[in-house]
Amino acid sequence: MANLSPLPASREFDLARDSLRDLNLYLHRHAVGEGISRIEVRNPAGAHSVACGLDAQLDVQIHGHVGYYAAGMNKHASVTVHGNAGPGAAENMMSGRVHVKGFASTAAGASAHGGLLIIEGDASLRCGISLKGGDIVVGGSVGSFSAFMAQAGRMVICGDAEDALGDSLYEAVIYVRGKVRSLGADARVEPMAAADRAAVKQLLSLAGLAYDPAEFKRIASAKSLYHWHADADQEY
Amino acid sequence: MTAPHLEESAGFDRTTIEYIQRAAASGLYEIRGLGAKRRVPNFDDLLFLAASLSRYPLEGYRERCATKTLLGTRFASRPIELAIPITVAGMSFGALSARVKEALGRAATEVGTSTTTGDGGMTTEERTSSKTLVYQCLPSRYGFDPDDVRRADAIEIVIGQGAKPGGGGMLLGQKVNPRVARMRTLPEGVDQRSASRHPDWTGPDDLVIKIKELREITDWEKPIYVKVGATRVFNDVKLAVHAGADVIVVDGMQGGTAATQTVFIEHVGIPTLAALRQAIDALDDLNMRGTVQLIISGGIRSGADVAKALAMGADAVAIGQGVLIALGCNSDSYIAGGEHVSAVEDYARLGTAPGFCHHCHTGKCPVGVTTQDPALELRLDPAVGAKRLKNYLKTVNMELTTIARACGKQDVHHLEKEDLVALTVEAAAMAGVPLAGTSWIPGRQT
Repeated sequence: MANLSPLPASREFDLARDSLRDLNLYLHRHAVGEGISRIEVRNPAGAHSVACGLDAQLDVQIHGHVGYYAAGMNKHASVTVHGNAGPGAAENMMSGRVHVKGFASTAAGASAHGGLLIIEGDASLRCGISLKGGDIVVGGSVGSFSAFMAQAGRMVICGDAEDALGDSLYEAVIYVRGKVRSLGADARVEPMAAADRAAVKQLLSLAGLAYDPAEFKRIASAKSLYHWHADADQEY
Repeated sequence: MTAPHLEESAGFDRTTIEYIQRAAASGLYEIRGLGAKRRVPNFDDLLFLAASLSRYPLEGYRERCATKTLLGTRFASRPIELAIPITVAGMSFGALSARVKEALGRAATEVGTSTTTGDGGMTTEERTSSKTLVYQCLPSRYGFDPDDVRRADAIEIVIGQGAKPGGGGMLLGQKVNPRVARMRTLPEGVDQRSASRHPDWTGPDDLVIKIKELREITDWEKPIYVKVGATRVFNDVKLAVHAGADVIVVDGMQGGTAATQTVFIEHVGIPTLAALRQAIDALDDLNMRGTVQLIISGGIRSGADVAKALAMGADAVAIGQGVLIALGCNSDSYIAGGEHVSAVEDYARLGTAPGFCHHCHTGKCPVGVTTQDPALELRLDPAVGAKRLKNYLKTVNMELTTIARACGKQDVHHLEKEDLVALTVEAAAMAGVPLAGTSWIPGRQT
């Protein structure tokens, strides 16, 4: 009689031994079919495109630092990086959750349409650039041109922001606890309403951070660049 | 009474005076659609040396001349196979209506070629109607969705566009209707000016990594195209090859747009003719011809243009404006209920006339091609548009094979530079072919 012992619910990939292609192919095509929901990734050693293009409710735990585009274009999955992430972490995420325990390089969460990106440390330049509906919580500070042309979604920055925060914003909203070196074109500080405090509280809670929402200020678009007229264009 | 002395200035002619006075009155630059209107050296400046005593022609109506075209054979496990080397260029839903996108897909599918999405995401209409659909990844990432990446047949990373290399997209508020706004995550009616740089990578070293990410996401199945607007083409093509592109699309300055600044359209970029030669030089320099395929676009109109492009070394062409004109752009009428209805008064209300219109940016296209207006878009019946476009593409392909047969080629991809001569010194220099009747290629040592 065949052995009917259940399949393990988790699987480990060691990128010192297994190839990135094998890992991503498994995540895309085989994990769900094999009933595997948790995947441990060891020794990423700065590899690019680790766990990108996921489209299932998987729990991927990456133990170490990753390069570009970790969890890029994520849908449904929860990806945790126990280390630092290179450029474009969770870029174009649609849904799910990406959690970077360390620092994130440039363009974290770029053009994310949905989902939640948590960065416990600092994020570099252009964090949340072109954001289209995702939520980003940064435990530390962000670099210049963060939330550039962000169209929708929310960004919570627990530390400081460098130059040109929120340049050319559309409908996205930024909440900053620390100092803002400068705002970008068409961005302005607005009063925090009760709904803003509730949003910040919820996002901090999801990220496991315990700051007081009352310490944050709201930054949104002045909407003076929404329509074409001579006077609005001079800053360009 | 003496006749008035009307001496027009060459430098400050009436057009220039009108431009300065309009700028002074409005403080805004002019925005318009379509491509460059100035005369630049182009494929009309080349001629074919067909068969004679030293070459055998094929019988024009009897012998087979193959047109099959393979794209993306370098790394992708599922390259694109097209029946003809003439593709439909990337144009956005937003610039065009969903009905037009459907017409493009239906026609392209019937003739066995591909269509391409644009800035604004993939519509159900174009995916359903297009057997082969290339999905653009643009700086704006409007509507960019990994589900669409997975259901596309190829991915095209757009670095630039011939009409506005170095510039981002533009869609004025009157075309940002509820559906367009939803797909682009923008407020309805906003004057959309999109990014000119990709949000998550900068420069050719990053592009290597970006392409690998797309390959990982698509499990290395789909060809990755890289599209550049024609400027420093020799360097850009080499960098795209090094970055790992399967296919490179080079878009010359005659390429069209739905909207951008006139100063951009007329003064930025280089002619398609020069761009094509530089692209081929780059591929030859890397010994990559046949490994990386080249698509040329920017003002391609006829089978003669396609034949000349292929003879210079392109693997395929992409057509945008010609496709729109086939649908009815700049016609004096549209078809409703099987009858032609005059659109001349609607052109006049835009301050233009059939044959001159470039008012795509207004969203008030009198023939229903470049509009999101619910009433105007009905002026283009997808079935009628698809039939007209199919006829046009078939005609262009027949012209192409006519020339290829006359040059003695059993396959249009066998056309070669040796089959060409130039009519002007400028075209000879740009295309790198001899001036007709001589062996002289300006800039080349004999």
